[in-house]
Amino acid sequence: MNVIEVKQLEKIYNDSEVKVYALNGVDLRIEEGEFTAIVGPSGSGKTTFLNMLGGLDQPTSGFISIGGTEISKLSSSELIHFRLHNIGFVFQAYNLIPVLTAKENVEFIMQLQNKPKSERESRTMALLKEVGLEGRENSRPNKLSGGQQQRVAVARALASKPKFVLADEPTANLDSKSTENLLEIMEELNRKENVTFIFSTHDQRVVNKARRVITLEDGKIISDVRKAILPQ
Amino acid sequence: MHTNIKLAWRNIWRNKRRTLITVASIFFGVLLSAYMTSMQEGSYSKMVEIVVKFYSGYMQVHQADYWENKSVNNSFDYDQAFIDQLKSNPEIDLVIPRLESFGLASAGELTRGSAIFGIVPEIETQLTGIADKIVSGKYLQATDDGVVIGDGLARFLKLSLNDTLIIITQGYHGVSSAGKFPVRGIIKHVSPELNKSIIYMELKTCQNFLGAENKLTSLVVNVADNDVMRKVLKKLKSEIQAPFSVMSWEEMQPEVVQQIESDRAGGVIMKAILYIVIAFGIFGTIMMMIAERRREFGVMISIGMQKKKLAVILFVETLFIGVLGILSGLAVSLPLLLLQAQNPIPLTGETAKLMEDFGFEPFMFFSTAPEIFLQQAISVFAMTVLIGIYPMVATLRIKEIKALHGT
Repeated sequence: MNVIEVKQLEKIYNDSEVKVYALNGVDLRIEEGEFTAIVGPSGSGKTTFLNMLGGLDQPTSGFISIGGTEISKLSSSELIHFRLHNIGFVFQAYNLIPVLTAKENVEFIMQLQNKPKSERESRTMALLKEVGLEGRENSRPNKLSGGQQQRVAVARALASKPKFVLADEPTANLDSKSTENLLEIMEELNRKENVTFIFSTHDQRVVNKARRVITLEDGKIISDVRKAILPQ
Repeated sequence: MHTNIKLAWRNIWRNKRRTLITVASIFFGVLLSAYMTSMQEGSYSKMVEIVVKFYSGYMQVHQADYWENKSVNNSFDYDQAFIDQLKSNPEIDLVIPRLESFGLASAGELTRGSAIFGIVPEIETQLTGIADKIVSGKYLQATDDGVVIGDGLARFLKLSLNDTLIIITQGYHGVSSAGKFPVRGIIKHVSPELNKSIIYMELKTCQNFLGAENKLTSLVVNVADNDVMRKVLKKLKSEIQAPFSVMSWEEMQPEVVQQIESDRAGGVIMKAILYIVIAFGIFGTIMMMIAERRREFGVMISIGMQKKKLAVILFVETLFIGVLGILSGLAVSLPLLLLQAQNPIPLTGETAKLMEDFGFEPFMFFSTAPEIFLQQAISVFAMTVLIGIYPMVATLRIKEIKALHGT
């Protein structure tokens, strides 16, 4: 099973001899195919937690297992390889490669995976179609709106057929229409491809779409609510 | 690989102005250093050409003491078998017999110290081409009893064609030699120094004049170039025994070699300074490129690009900048220097006089030897490769999380 297991996760920053707990004993299990939002005030540890799950940052202590792989035991190069094949990222500021077109940005991940050209092209076109960017394949990021760029970023995150997509404040820079549109696309992809989505967000619209909401405060999980009991 | 190259190429044009400025700095560096080196090497070639082609040849065989004491007394017998033995070496183009001496040349009230060359006319001109440098009169014949003199000497002594030149000198074994020689021709010698002092006469006439029957002071041994010379010289040095000795032009003219070497060293320092300035320019650009794109590198590594791959892209970017600068520099310097080599820059005034006083033609000569261009290309390329190591190391040390925060 492609589950995420986190046990007693701690991240401590030593700021002028004062220990600051960014994450303080987090225990969590996320099942395959979940559409989960991590919420909480600024400084609560949402981004740190997402970075730990993505292997972008090292925990001070604790255990993280993704799809059965304990990522804290992987070397830097192994982690990169693991991310390439298992995790897709969507960043707040889109972070597309500016010199590549929308199509090339999506295809880039598959090139890193050494996928054959025909497969790359067909998947790229299919993903861009799914995120509603047909006809904009050859536009560079600076010719796309924020919403369009974020949709390319989602297509890129899914191009490698990852088991998990980690999205850090993906709607923070988008207007309502773009946010609604993006969330629908992600929900659709989550259903169709059974990809696990984990968002860190402040955005109530994202929270409303999520089927599970985990609230962090001062580096601790203070609530973990499934959609069935979420107030509408 | 194709994508990496495409990425690198597009990346360098993200900031067109900065890339163009950096490429321009390399372009000017290559152009200036190629121009400077070409001018230096052109001058050296001319110096060597004057020495080798119009005076000593690449090598000479003498009586062992001759070069220390250039006297007719240190001469040796003309030996056709010895000459034939030398000629049997396929790498030796020419073997030219000479009887050289010094004397006083005079006409009327005027007198000047002169170099007397007893030559076999048809063989000598194969090396020096002096027959083609006659500006007045004719070249020496096989049994000529006249002389061909330098244009400068003729002007000094106020001599014209068919006038009589008087030469007084000490001949073989201390005999006094004095003779009257009709001027058959006047030559414009390439070496201004020799132009002012040279007297050519037929070998037999010279031997008779100096009382040195069948004697020679040197056998000029000529080969294709310096590289062949080194090979042949080594062989001849082992074969030729006392009382003979063989010397290269570099041994005969150490001051020329020294002058070239010291001047070349000065040029190297100048080029090194130039390249250091360029290197800092490229380095600055690369540092800026890395600093600006740190966050992007963080993203690329986060989404699955190995640091090694990213390092290669950055290295290729650095190489692209270097290669563009080198190619543009060569594209302009090559035709420019080919043109300059065909049209040496004439020097005027005091500089020209100074050059002539040192025995050189008053021109700035240029060389188009391939090494000149190759040297600049390799130097800048090597420098670019060295600079390219920095972004590679910086990339390998990137921490994803810090890079994503742009720190």
